[in-house]
Amino acid sequence: MGLKQNLHKLKEKYKGTKMAPAFNAIHTFLYMPNETTHSGSHVRSADDLKRTMNTVIMALIPCLIFGMFNAGYQHYLALGDIQAANGDFFSANFWNWNNLTVGLWKVLPLVLISYGVGLAVEFVFAVIKGHEVEEGYLVTGMLVPLIVPIDIPLWMLVIAVIFGVVIGKEVFGGTGMNILNPALTIRAFLFFAYPTWMSGDKVWVHGAVASTGQPDAISGETILGSLAQGNPAGYDWLDMFYGFIPGSVGETSTLLILLGGLFLIFTKIGSWRIMLSAVVGALVMGFIFNGVVDAGWISETSKFYGLMSTEFWQHLLIGGLAFGIVYMATDPVTASQTNKGKWFYGFLIGFISVLIRVFNPAYPEGVMLAILLMNVFAPTIDHYVLQGNIKRRMKRLKVKTA
Amino acid sequence: MSKDIKIKKGLTIRLNGEAAKTLSSAPRSRTFAIRPSNFHLITPKMVVKEGAKLAAGDTIFYSKDNEEIKFVSPVSGTLTAIERGAKRVITRIVIEGDAQDSYKDFGSFNPETMKPEAIKSLLLSAGCWPFIKQRPYDVIANPEVAPKAIFVSAYASAPLAADYDFTLEGKEKFLQAAVTALSKLTPGVVHVSVAKSGSSPLKGLNDVNLHTVSGPHPSGNVGTQIAKINPVNKGEVVWTVTPQDLVIIGELLLTGKFNAERTVALVGSSVKTPKYYKTIIGAEVSTFIYDAGLNEENVRVINGDVLSGNAISPKGNLGYYNTTVSVIPEGNDYEFMGWNKPVFDKISTSRALTFSWLFPKKKFDLTTNTNGEHRAFVVTGNYEEVFPLDIYPLQILKACLVEDLDAMEALGMYEVAPEDFSLTEFICVSKQPHQEIIRKGLDLMYKEIG
Repeated sequence: MGLKQNLHKLKEKYKGTKMAPAFNAIHTFLYMPNETTHSGSHVRSADDLKRTMNTVIMALIPCLIFGMFNAGYQHYLALGDIQAANGDFFSANFWNWNNLTVGLWKVLPLVLISYGVGLAVEFVFAVIKGHEVEEGYLVTGMLVPLIVPIDIPLWMLVIAVIFGVVIGKEVFGGTGMNILNPALTIRAFLFFAYPTWMSGDKVWVHGAVASTGQPDAISGETILGSLAQGNPAGYDWLDMFYGFIPGSVGETSTLLILLGGLFLIFTKIGSWRIMLSAVVGALVMGFIFNGVVDAGWISETSKFYGLMSTEFWQHLLIGGLAFGIVYMATDPVTASQTNKGKWFYGFLIGFISVLIRVFNPAYPEGVMLAILLMNVFAPTIDHYVLQGNIKRRMKRLKVKTA
Repeated sequence: MSKDIKIKKGLTIRLNGEAAKTLSSAPRSRTFAIRPSNFHLITPKMVVKEGAKLAAGDTIFYSKDNEEIKFVSPVSGTLTAIERGAKRVITRIVIEGDAQDSYKDFGSFNPETMKPEAIKSLLLSAGCWPFIKQRPYDVIANPEVAPKAIFVSAYASAPLAADYDFTLEGKEKFLQAAVTALSKLTPGVVHVSVAKSGSSPLKGLNDVNLHTVSGPHPSGNVGTQIAKINPVNKGEVVWTVTPQDLVIIGELLLTGKFNAERTVALVGSSVKTPKYYKTIIGAEVSTFIYDAGLNEENVRVINGDVLSGNAISPKGNLGYYNTTVSVIPEGNDYEFMGWNKPVFDKISTSRALTFSWLFPKKKFDLTTNTNGEHRAFVVTGNYEEVFPLDIYPLQILKACLVEDLDAMEALGMYEVAPEDFSLTEFICVSKQPHQEIIRKGLDLMYKEIG
């Protein structure tokens, strides 16, 4: 008797009981189920939702690993223990065991909490409502640790995850039914429930909070934060592109995000329409602001000057814009669902992200709000795209009857 | 006014087990069965009792909603059983065939000079009307409403489907008679579509608008061709007839016999020697399946192609409309780590560690496994890649699920049939039953709007 037969017997035993979804959720991770087609097409393609979600997770893994190294790197750099990597992606100052140790200690708990708490909520809802455990949270659970500050207290994360999964997803009926991106709902909850923590300049580098008030206090400022206050970025563009900058755990390395994005486009899992149009949207808005600065309408004393004068293409390198565009804006459930709508949806995300970033220095991370805003408007965009199709059909009828 | 129809969106599914172009006569079946479920939304009213002697062409039952639509016996023999299911619904009518067929004579005609009314009443009384289907709703046509056009697709692009160029060889005379007669039943024209490459026997027909189609499946689906040639608008009706049914109609007109002979392709990776068989509507499929031999025990037998056919038991009977019988392995087994390991032996439109895109010409052995569990709709944008109609597939499916009649109508429900959604169903990541959803939606509209 092999494992396969034993599990099959267990599955038959639990069939129809309350615990069946919980058992099946684990069983189907080990074995693809023995289900056959009952109606319609007798054969089906190889893809299922697990494979789709797994592909996104694979695209996220490099960002997670980089984030672990970066956590240690930023920590030791701020302490003055190591030299800066200075535009060398393979610098030994960055890729070393000390950095990784800090990262493992700080980031792994975030991953465990995110998956543990989130999946627990999912299982509870699946058992109560008697439906299968859907795979949506596999990606959300990986996104969450990557978009929070490194020094976030774990209890905060627990509360935020429960809120995000319950209010952001389950109340709408679970995976596939939600209006807002659950990962961003979690982050937005953190931002607005604990603003002193999340918007401060201390949480982005490990150790910065603990050192506050001491003579050797270290700064945990992100580039966005400095720019918003009118200070220079202080980093070379290559460092920003490689990701040797403070920020949320996994969002800093534009290079790896770019590779992840290309992987998602190649596998046809991520929408290239959304990614491309969002990049264009961000560049256009950045370009307009550059023009405003060049025209001299804004003086250097203006509080918008710092971010407005940032070169338009550098907006893609700083903050979470690239990460948001590649991994969050493309969430198929909350994005526009028509191909034409995706162009508008993506463009507006890029456009509004930079807009919010410049005009709202209190929350310089505009991409989160921009995506949540467009999540809400995505059905409206789809509505107008569909109206176009419906009107075309009506017109055909009128030509006929006229 | 012929048209070159080129389809770009779609997916040609290449499978093992294509029928060799050799024709054998299947051994004569002992019993023949008609399943009223082949005729969607038709409630049968029996006119003969068990034990009745029938000639081929004798009426067995008619439609409860329209007495004129008669269904006739495909062979001569004795009606031995009327099997009923829940609520006394007739599930099967079994006829024990005579050794030699005797035919009811309907009289031979010249379709060129026949009056439309005469054609219609002949087709109705001789049991050929069920071969004419209509859109909207994809049901047997209502004889009282003249269609704006009639569509015939003589290009079968579905996986492993019988090749019309082969099965219709030498039937030009009957095809011509049938299209001439049908062209009188519509104020419009009869549109016939053939493959761009190939020598279809329908290429030389008169009284038709000939179109050539090319491109991946579903270019051969009649629904795709209607959408490209003359789409159905609200309040309009088109008829569709398949070429193999035209042959039966044509033979009836010219000889006065209802000859239910079919050339059937027996296909699929479970068949030892897939090839063509000459048999009769309603015959036991085992007569030719065992002649061709099977590679394995655990198989699914399908009346029709693997995308839009109906599953039957290996002891079942050939469906009323089918010219393809597919036999593929059942996939009721678990697969270790099947959800994340690289896949080389299954078809996929993505590249998520699925590598069928590397081998565009490779033929696959697909099983009936769903390759995953049923989920809510999540992924967007993938249906559109294989759906050539100017309709939003995801949105119309959702409209059907929530039974929003206004949205269904506005989004193009009058134009579609379940088989148009067979490819979106095939690639669906959430394993949703698209054809069933569309069928239920159409039935709801038929009931509410009519």
